[in-house]
Amino acid sequence: MKSLYLTIFFGLLLIASSCNEDVTSENLEFPSLAPGNPDANAGTWKPILLTSKTEFSVTAPAAVTSSEYIAQVNEVKSWQKELTGSEKELLTYWGAGAVLRWNEIMRQLVAKHNRAPIENSDGTYAIPNASNPLAYPTFPFANPPYAARAYAYVSAAQYDALIAAYHYKQVYQRQGPSKVDAGVKELLPASTLPSYPSEDAVVTGVTVELLNLLFPGDQDFIRSKAEEHRRARLLSGGNVRSDLDAGEALGKAVAGKFIARARTDKAGGAVGITNGVNKWLEFEQSAQARGEIAWVSQDAPKRPPMLPYFGRVKAFLFDSTTMVNQIRPPAPPSTSSEQFKKETEEVLYYSQNPTRERFRIVHYWADGVGTYTPPGHWNAIAAEEIVKLNWSEVRWARAMAYLNMSMMDAAIACWDAKFYYYNPRPSQVDSRIKTLTGLPNFPSYISGHSTFSGAAATILGHLIPKKAEAFEEMATEASLSRLYGAIHYRSDCEKGLETGNKIGAFAIQKALADGSGQP
Amino acid sequence: MNIVYLHRCGGAVPHSITTASNLYSRKARLRLLLGFLLLLSIYSQGQTDIDALMMKKNELCAGLMYTTSSWSSYWEGTLERENKNLGTVSTNMLAAMGNFGVRKNVNLLFGIPYIETQATGGTLKGFKGIQDLSLWAKWRALHWTEGNKLASLFALGGYSLPASNYVADYLPLSIGLRSKNVYLRGMTDLKYKIWFLTFSGTYIQRSNITIDREAYYTTEMVYSNQVAMPDQTQLNLRMGYRGKELIVEWISDRMTTLGGFDITRNNMPFPSNRMNMTRTGFQVRYEPKKLNGFTFYASANKVIEGRNVGQSTSYSGGVFYILNFSKKETENTENSSK
Repeated sequence: MKSLYLTIFFGLLLIASSCNEDVTSENLEFPSLAPGNPDANAGTWKPILLTSKTEFSVTAPAAVTSSEYIAQVNEVKSWQKELTGSEKELLTYWGAGAVLRWNEIMRQLVAKHNRAPIENSDGTYAIPNASNPLAYPTFPFANPPYAARAYAYVSAAQYDALIAAYHYKQVYQRQGPSKVDAGVKELLPASTLPSYPSEDAVVTGVTVELLNLLFPGDQDFIRSKAEEHRRARLLSGGNVRSDLDAGEALGKAVAGKFIARARTDKAGGAVGITNGVNKWLEFEQSAQARGEIAWVSQDAPKRPPMLPYFGRVKAFLFDSTTMVNQIRPPAPPSTSSEQFKKETEEVLYYSQNPTRERFRIVHYWADGVGTYTPPGHWNAIAAEEIVKLNWSEVRWARAMAYLNMSMMDAAIACWDAKFYYYNPRPSQVDSRIKTLTGLPNFPSYISGHSTFSGAAATILGHLIPKKAEAFEEMATEASLSRLYGAIHYRSDCEKGLETGNKIGAFAIQKALADGSGQP
Repeated sequence: MNIVYLHRCGGAVPHSITTASNLYSRKARLRLLLGFLLLLSIYSQGQTDIDALMMKKNELCAGLMYTTSSWSSYWEGTLERENKNLGTVSTNMLAAMGNFGVRKNVNLLFGIPYIETQATGGTLKGFKGIQDLSLWAKWRALHWTEGNKLASLFALGGYSLPASNYVADYLPLSIGLRSKNVYLRGMTDLKYKIWFLTFSGTYIQRSNITIDREAYYTTEMVYSNQVAMPDQTQLNLRMGYRGKELIVEWISDRMTTLGGFDITRNNMPFPSNRMNMTRTGFQVRYEPKKLNGFTFYASANKVIEGRNVGQSTSYSGGVFYILNFSKKETENTENSSK
């Protein structure tokens, strides 16, 4: 009997031990892109930065009857002869869409680089250096403002590049190889659009240039992704080599325009430290002069605040006068007021009385160190919805452009308020307040998560109206997560959401006027 | 966890405290690490799933073990560092443990700990709660004696699962890692006169865990709330004096995670980090004749080498009591002596 029981016991253990399952990343199961509406007229839509869709020229392609073209079609046929397992994986992966996949790649780069430098032995902190990105501290520190700006430039540039590409598709009307030669298989859903220049390649071309600027230490990785993408397009039967070359060249040219803007948008001075001088101390002095408790870093050792001059960066949706007059929130409750005391007590309550559900909310929205940041989270939310809508590449790009311009400008307005008011964190004014998530190293008012989420939910609700209510609920939860986490007062969250909503409204205005005929 | 052997008295030692020690995640990780370490030290006590002591048939040995553990430096990957934003991370654990003699050579063990974590630096809040319930079966498959020599072979199997809805993804301050673990252990015990040596090897299979977020970065982005937890192995060597009332032993223990990734520079830890550690320490078990039925434990150990865990020092103390459920007195079948 004994041995029977033991056999049963160890047998059950063996069964239990065979129950391990692989974890599948859900983005790898997205279906191939098969747009319901090809948006063939997108070449007439209004770009963000390009002066016109023809600002950069694309040379006329070789005729489909030319020997040059026939050789390219034969190249595709030879690629398609025997597909390896890894080539099939490439088709599945890149078939889901160029804007989607490059957006995911960017999210991964942000998560990889979202780590603050460790202190030097003398208690100071080194600043990452773009010209020596692989030396520690590696460049960039992809914190939320940095990430918001990166997502915005890449997405807006992809949109402009696609508008230009769609224009030239109609100009040249050269169809893809599977339409020209019945011997070419359609291994991915074939677009009804002309294939020259390739929309996939224009996205790769513009994105690689910008990512190389924003993540200069990852150029090998970025190049390998671009090569994979190119291979997938040749395998698919949707493009020949010259479709891709023309697309990449156009994308690179468009990227140049955005890179020129990025170099002069004042982000370079956002750190606020020049030759070892802490210029940002002017914010502390200003708060003290107003009789308020000024924010103090609670990192050990004390760390200079994150990008104190990010509020001066040039926005996409409004100018600096508009920001100060129409967007900057009113002053927070004075640190000597009853209201401030009341709000601090509320934070203490959430610190001391966590529930499992509030923990879930805090951690679901934390998006802190080592993550793709709150803007990255909203990109993921948007992507998951758009995948279901069968949008064309250009409509994908349009949505991501407006979303990410909104969130970059939310970062600008939020950082403007944070440093203009320089309000202390709850745990600074009451040491009993312990936080349920990492405490960000910058002033409290207004909440960044709330501002990002307000802006994102507003523009996404406009672009995808049937999800507007759901997005709004998410934004509210994201906002409250910072109060539940005991790192923000209620005022920070509420004013952050309001400010974000205003910024989203600017994006809606722009979207309604871009000639797309879309919401 | 679940590395406990019960000799005469004890229970299933919480295992997961050890693995929870990923430091990288700042406070949360530190907390978890500390908790793990604490739990581990508890489990390594006598009459647990990792020693060669057996309860007699129909005897239940049950008791409480308290462990306190702390660290101020940890390994970020293989780099040892301190973190002023964590300060000293400490874990306190109170575990209820028990060991029941089904037969003279088959024991069933259980253990369930309550854990609190905290960090002296930074602002992160510590966690507290009931961690994992672990259950073990311990079978002394072979037993050979000749004169003053003794040799035994054991097979053990264990299972542990979370006993509350605690948060795993808050290292180093989470109280556990939430995986459901299956443990398979082989163990041999050798004794000559009063000197003994016990060696065991364990394979720990860990289930995926569910976390509160829908995407995370390891060495790439994963869009899922499921985290694959790499399996682990454990080697445990203990040797020393084993008398009728007193056991004094030196213990060395090596935990290896078969996969997982390193905490990157100044990053937070994550439950699926590659957490390895070598610990060494000693343990005293005392079963005074004058206090019939009581057993007392004390132990101390220190992590001397590790990866993605805290360099913790742990101290434990416990008291157990033996209840006999048989109608008549049974013969003493303790494995250890003679």
